Amino acid sequence: MLKIIISGLWKDKFARMGMIVLAVIYLAILFAPIIAPYSKDYSDRSLAYVPPSKIFTIDENGHFSKPYTYNYVRKFDENNFNVYNIDRSQKHYLKFFSTGEDGKFHLVTVDKGGKLFLLGTDINGRDVFSRILFGGRISMTIGFLALFVLFPIGMLYGGISGYFGGKIDTIMMRIAEGIMSIPSFYLLIILASILPAGMTSVQRFLLIVVILALIGWAGFARVVRGMVLSIKNQEYVQAAKSIGASDLRIILKHILPQTTSFIIVAITLSIPSYILSESGLSFLGLGIQQPDASWGNMLKEAQIFSNIIYRPWLLTPGFLIFLAVLSFNLVGDTVRDILDPKSKD
Amino acid sequence: MEILKYVLKRILQTIPLLFIVSLVSFFIIRLSPVDPLAELKLNPSVSQETLQRERERLGLDKPIGIQYILWAKSFVKGDLGITSNGESVAQKLKERIPNTLLLTTLVIFLTWIVGIPLGILAAVKWKSPLDRILTVLTSIGMAIPSFFFAVLLLIFAVKTGWFPIGGLTGANYADLGFWGKFSDITKHLILPVTVLFTISLAGLQRQMRGNLLDVLDSDYVKFARAKGVSEFKVIFKHALRNAVNPMITLLGFEFAGLLSGAALTEYVFQYPGLGRLILEAVMKSDINLVMASLMMGAIMLILGNLIADLLLIFTDPRIRTGGENA
Repeated sequence: MLKIIISGLWKDKFARMGMIVLAVIYLAILFAPIIAPYSKDYSDRSLAYVPPSKIFTIDENGHFSKPYTYNYVRKFDENNFNVYNIDRSQKHYLKFFSTGEDGKFHLVTVDKGGKLFLLGTDINGRDVFSRILFGGRISMTIGFLALFVLFPIGMLYGGISGYFGGKIDTIMMRIAEGIMSIPSFYLLIILASILPAGMTSVQRFLLIVVILALIGWAGFARVVRGMVLSIKNQEYVQAAKSIGASDLRIILKHILPQTTSFIIVAITLSIPSYILSESGLSFLGLGIQQPDASWGNMLKEAQIFSNIIYRPWLLTPGFLIFLAVLSFNLVGDTVRDILDPKSKD
Repeated sequence: MEILKYVLKRILQTIPLLFIVSLVSFFIIRLSPVDPLAELKLNPSVSQETLQRERERLGLDKPIGIQYILWAKSFVKGDLGITSNGESVAQKLKERIPNTLLLTTLVIFLTWIVGIPLGILAAVKWKSPLDRILTVLTSIGMAIPSFFFAVLLLIFAVKTGWFPIGGLTGANYADLGFWGKFSDITKHLILPVTVLFTISLAGLQRQMRGNLLDVLDSDYVKFARAKGVSEFKVIFKHALRNAVNPMITLLGFEFAGLLSGAALTEYVFQYPGLGRLILEAVMKSDINLVMASLMMGAIMLILGNLIADLLLIFTDPRIRTGGENA
């Protein structure tokens, strides 16, 4: 089945584009420590809000040259506003595949004394480009992890509810509906806000995964239940029952596997909403916390007017979220078309 | 009579739902180690008597089960307690809920006016370049994070100066005449409505397109075509009515999605709605306010679904007569 999906995806123009974009993003975050010129925590407080470094390949005499860049020097103007000017006194040549300032191997760094901020720096003088790569590790995996937590729960819950029917079904479904009746984002921020302060960043990351899963399982369980209702009366289930298979075995071994293709579709279609939820949460300051980076919490700085007007490079994570979600949607739509040719939606 | 019975049944069904919602939200909030009155105690303008009254109303010295019953009792009576500023929670909600309803109903109205025809168009011209362009556009619309789009529109507003930034009313709102007030509110609404409209339009258009395509594939449509009914009549007289019914069920879901989506948008635009209220309450750990606005959000959502179901009675005759699996 996997083969059919992948070859089908490759045939579709949009899905292929989506897959390439996602592959680039995931490779980039996988090799973040090498690709990023700086570490996640590198910070130079004297270089807050430095604009992106300009890279030159043609020197002032019009000749081709090894790529080089200039540093920025800070000046205060009369409004006490930071202004950075290019300091043309010293060229800094780029170095490829060599050790950087931190003594580690990097894809690209710059000569000693030079600074290479491909996408500028933030308020703490941290390199935005490097943080985007490290932040992507969180933003692009949190959705998958949440789905891994919620899918087994939703499947089992929906499976049990649909299989037994009657009173059990009524009660279980009422509870699921109750959770679905709370506007999900309200529930999300409330759950995030009761997380105790002073957790390690790993703990916080895992708890946010759990919260995202808590929000999503109910709706999923309801759909699984509907499918189980229609499967459970088929002859082979009756046959399994008559030879004395236990209820749990029937649910796990005979009924739930029938829902596989629906589940694949549901997974690919719901990853984007988890990416968006995490970024929204972190944007509000309730998700991933500083000094850790995620695309959402990097955008937190975009809440300040002067930032979005004078420092547009701080908006890059937003475009990346858009690109990632768009790619997932394109791939997801095509996967659905392949597995469920009847739906033309 | 049948209809009345059905309506009554649906209304009665919401009661256990509300009970579960209240139970879930009450215990979630009590999971938090925050003292519900901590903020009130810190506020010097709140008198000791008020504090004592709140303590009794919430029954903080009693076991948690009793606390829930006390809270539920006072909620049913309409006493929602006071915020950490000592204002009445009920009053605060009364100010904010209409604003959120205004925003969401306006967005739903606009998305239906635009999304349904676009969905029909895409289905009728299935696999044409137009259909493909619409699919690409809706993919883009669905992928923009609402808060990011809101931020981009804010930049636009600041740079052009065409739109007021933030809030629902201008500084001189109180002095304006009726039309002045109307245009003031309209100007403030344009940006938040644009954000939510763009994001929910995409889903609606796709759904409509999918539904109509499914119906156009059905036997009775093929039969009508074979009989020689004109294509226009096939679509507008036969297919459309069946394709729209599931959309009405979706109306409830759309409303739910909008309530959630509106929270971030309201936050970015400083729009005085329920979503921003709950966000501010959460940040200040204002327990009374969080609890009450959570319940109000759930009630609005349940009512939205109820209205959608009731609307279906009028559009789908099968529910009127059978009503079994409705």
